[in-house]
Amino acid sequence: MAGTLLMVLLVAPAIAALLCMGIRSARLAEFVNLLASIVVFAVALPLAALSAGGPYYYLDKYVVVDVVGVWVIVCTAVVYLLASIYSIGYMRLLGEDGKLWSFYALFAGFALTILLSSVMNNAGLYWIAIELTTLVSTFLVGFERAPESIEAAWKYIIIISAGISLALLGTVLFYWCGSFVLGPTYAMTWDTLNAAAPKMNSALAALSYLLVLVGYGTKVGLAPMHSWLPDAHSESPAPISAMLSGALLNSAMLGIARYLAITDAAQSGPVARVTLVAFGLVSLLVGALFIVRQSGVKRLMAYSSVEHMGVIALGFGIGGPLGIAGALYHMLNHSLNKSLMFFGAGNAMRSFGSKDINRIHNLWSRFPVQGALWLAGAAAITGAPPFGLFLSELVILRAGFERGYDWAVYVMVVLLIVIFIGFLNHFRSMYFNASEESDAPVRAVSRWCVAPMWLALTPLVVFGIWWPSGLWDHFMMAAKTLSAAVR
Amino acid sequence: MLISHLSPLASSLFSLMAIVSLLLAFVMLGSRWLNNYLYAFAAESWVIAALSAAVAFYGGYPELYLIAALTALFRGLLLPYLVWRIIARLNVTREIHEILEPSSSLVAGAFGVIFALAVSYRIGDSLGLAGTVAVLALTIMLSMKLIGFLMLTVRHEALSQILGLLVLENGIFLGAQILVPGMPLLIEIVILFDLLVVVACFGVLVRYLVAHVGSTSSLDLNRLVG
Repeated sequence: MAGTLLMVLLVAPAIAALLCMGIRSARLAEFVNLLASIVVFAVALPLAALSAGGPYYYLDKYVVVDVVGVWVIVCTAVVYLLASIYSIGYMRLLGEDGKLWSFYALFAGFALTILLSSVMNNAGLYWIAIELTTLVSTFLVGFERAPESIEAAWKYIIIISAGISLALLGTVLFYWCGSFVLGPTYAMTWDTLNAAAPKMNSALAALSYLLVLVGYGTKVGLAPMHSWLPDAHSESPAPISAMLSGALLNSAMLGIARYLAITDAAQSGPVARVTLVAFGLVSLLVGALFIVRQSGVKRLMAYSSVEHMGVIALGFGIGGPLGIAGALYHMLNHSLNKSLMFFGAGNAMRSFGSKDINRIHNLWSRFPVQGALWLAGAAAITGAPPFGLFLSELVILRAGFERGYDWAVYVMVVLLIVIFIGFLNHFRSMYFNASEESDAPVRAVSRWCVAPMWLALTPLVVFGIWWPSGLWDHFMMAAKTLSAAVR
Repeated sequence: MLISHLSPLASSLFSLMAIVSLLLAFVMLGSRWLNNYLYAFAAESWVIAALSAAVAFYGGYPELYLIAALTALFRGLLLPYLVWRIIARLNVTREIHEILEPSSSLVAGAFGVIFALAVSYRIGDSLGLAGTVAVLALTIMLSMKLIGFLMLTVRHEALSQILGLLVLENGIFLGAQILVPGMPLLIEIVILFDLLVVVACFGVLVRYLVAHVGSTSSLDLNRLVG
C-alpha cells in the first residue's frame, strides 16, 4: 500500500515534467503541472498516515518511508499545490507564454527532486538528490533572464555547490567513521549509521558532523552561509520563491536532523547541539538586522526565511521530544505561511510594478480582501497568536527551558520581538502611509493569485487554535526515530 | 582497513601521489593564466586516477580500476576540454581581476595546509593512526578544500570559480580513495556524472552572464546587496 502511494507520489511529477516538455503549450503545461500537484498532495496525506506503521523500505533499502521523511513530503506537497495554483495566475502576467512550458517542466522536476531527497535512505544518495535540487532550481531562479536574475542564479549555484561539497566531505568522513565498526564496505543507510554510532570515534564524528552541518546548512540558509538566499528568493518568480523557502529548505534541514541523531549517539551530542543552536541564533540575529533595514519587499520575506530556519535549527538543536515536535510543527506552519507571504508579495509587486517597499502604498484601500489576507499572514509570520507559528515557537521556547538552554531562549525571545516590530513596521508603511502619487497605475491580479492565499491562511488559523492529536503522535514517533540510538 | 596492512612501498607510493596532487593545487593557486590553471587541474585528475589504480592494485578493490578509468576520462579529458572550449569562446586568457597577488595567496594556502595538518594530527591521534598514510590523506583532503575555497574567494573570473569548485571535489576524491576505498561504487560513479552535469550547467550560465550582464567577472555581480 505505502509502496504504491510512494510510486504515485514520485511518478506524477516525473510524468508531468516529461509531458510539459512534450506538448510545449503554455495552457496545457499549466494544467498538467496543477494536476500533478493535486495528485502529489492527495497521495502525501495518506502516506503520512500510513507511515506510523513503518518504516517501509524499498529497492534494497535505498528508499525509505519513515515518519520524519514523510513530514517533509507533506510540507513539500502543500507548497507544491499552492504554488502550482498561484503560478497559473502569476506566470501569465509575465507575458512569456512562449517558454512557459519549460518553466512548468522545471517546476515539476524541482518538486520531484525535493520529494526524492526526502525518501533517500542512503546518505550518499541523499547528497546526490540535494545536489539535483540545486541543478534544477538554478534555471528556475534565472528564469526571468533579467541581469539581476542571472546574478542571483550564478551566486546560488556557486555558493550552494561549494557548500554542498563540504557536506560530501562530511559524508565521506562519516563513512570512514563507520568503517572502523562495520568493516571497509557497507551500505551507508541512516539505520546502519545509527546502529554503529555508539562505537564510533567521537572526535572524528564531531568533525564529520560539523562539515555536514556547514554543508547542508548552506542549503538551509543558516547564517552566515545564507548569502545566496535573499538573492535567489527575491529574483526568482514568486511561486518559485515559495517552493525554495517552503519546500527546499526543509529537505536540507532533514539531513541535518538525521546526522544530528547519529552524532548524538556517537557521544558528541553536546558539541553538535550547541553548534546548531548557535547557528540558529546567528540566523535569527542576521534575520532581525536585515529585516529592520530592508527596502525590497521580497528580500524582506527572504530574510524572514533565514529567521525561521534559525528557529527550526534551534528546535532540532535543543532536541528532546518537545524540541523536535516544535521544529517539525514549525516546518509545516512556515511552509504554509511563507507561501502566503510570497504570494502576497508577488501580487503587490505586479500590481505596483515595483519591488520597493517605499513604492507600495495604500494596499488596504486598494485591495481590501487580498490586503487583509497578506496582513494576517504578516502577523502570523512574526509569531503573533492565534496562528500556527505562535504555537510552534512557544513549544520550542518551552523545550529550551526544559533542556537547560535558558540563555538561548532569552536571546531568541529578544530577537523575535525585534523582528516582530521591524517586520510589521514595513507593513504599516505599505498599508497606511498616505501616498504622494496616489494616481499611479495599479493593476489587479487574477483570482488564481488570491485563491491560494485563502488556502494557506485557513489551515494556519486552524493549526494555531487546535493542535490535532494525530499530529502530536506523529511528532512523538519522529522524536523517537531521531533519538533512537541515544537510549 | 586498508591502511593497517599496507606494504611500505604501497604506502610511500600513495603518499607520493597525494603530495604531488597537493603541489598541483598550489600550482593552480599561484598561476595567473587560466590555461595553466586548466592544465594543472587536468594533471591533478590524472594523478588521482593513477592513485585509484594503485589503491585497486595494492588493496584488492578491482572496481576501483573502473573508477580510475572514469576519473581519467571525465576529469582528466572531458571536463578540461569543456572548460577549455568555454575559455576559447570567451577569449579570456588571464585572470584580470585579482584581490590577492598569487604570491600572497600561496602563503595563505600554506597556512591552510598547516591548519589542516593540525586537525588531522588530532584526529589521527585519537584513532590510533598517528604517522600512517591516513593522516596524510586527511591532511590533503582538508587542505585541498581550503585551497579550493581560497581560489573561490580571491578570483573573480567565472571560469576560475568553476575550476575552484572542481578542486574542492578533487580533494574529496583523493582522500576517499585512500581512506574509504570500499565505499560503494554506485556513489562514486554518480558523482562523476553529476560533475559533468554541473559543468554543463555552468556552461549555459556563463553564456547568460556574457549575454545579459556583459562580463564574466563576479565583481560585476553587485546589484543585489543588503
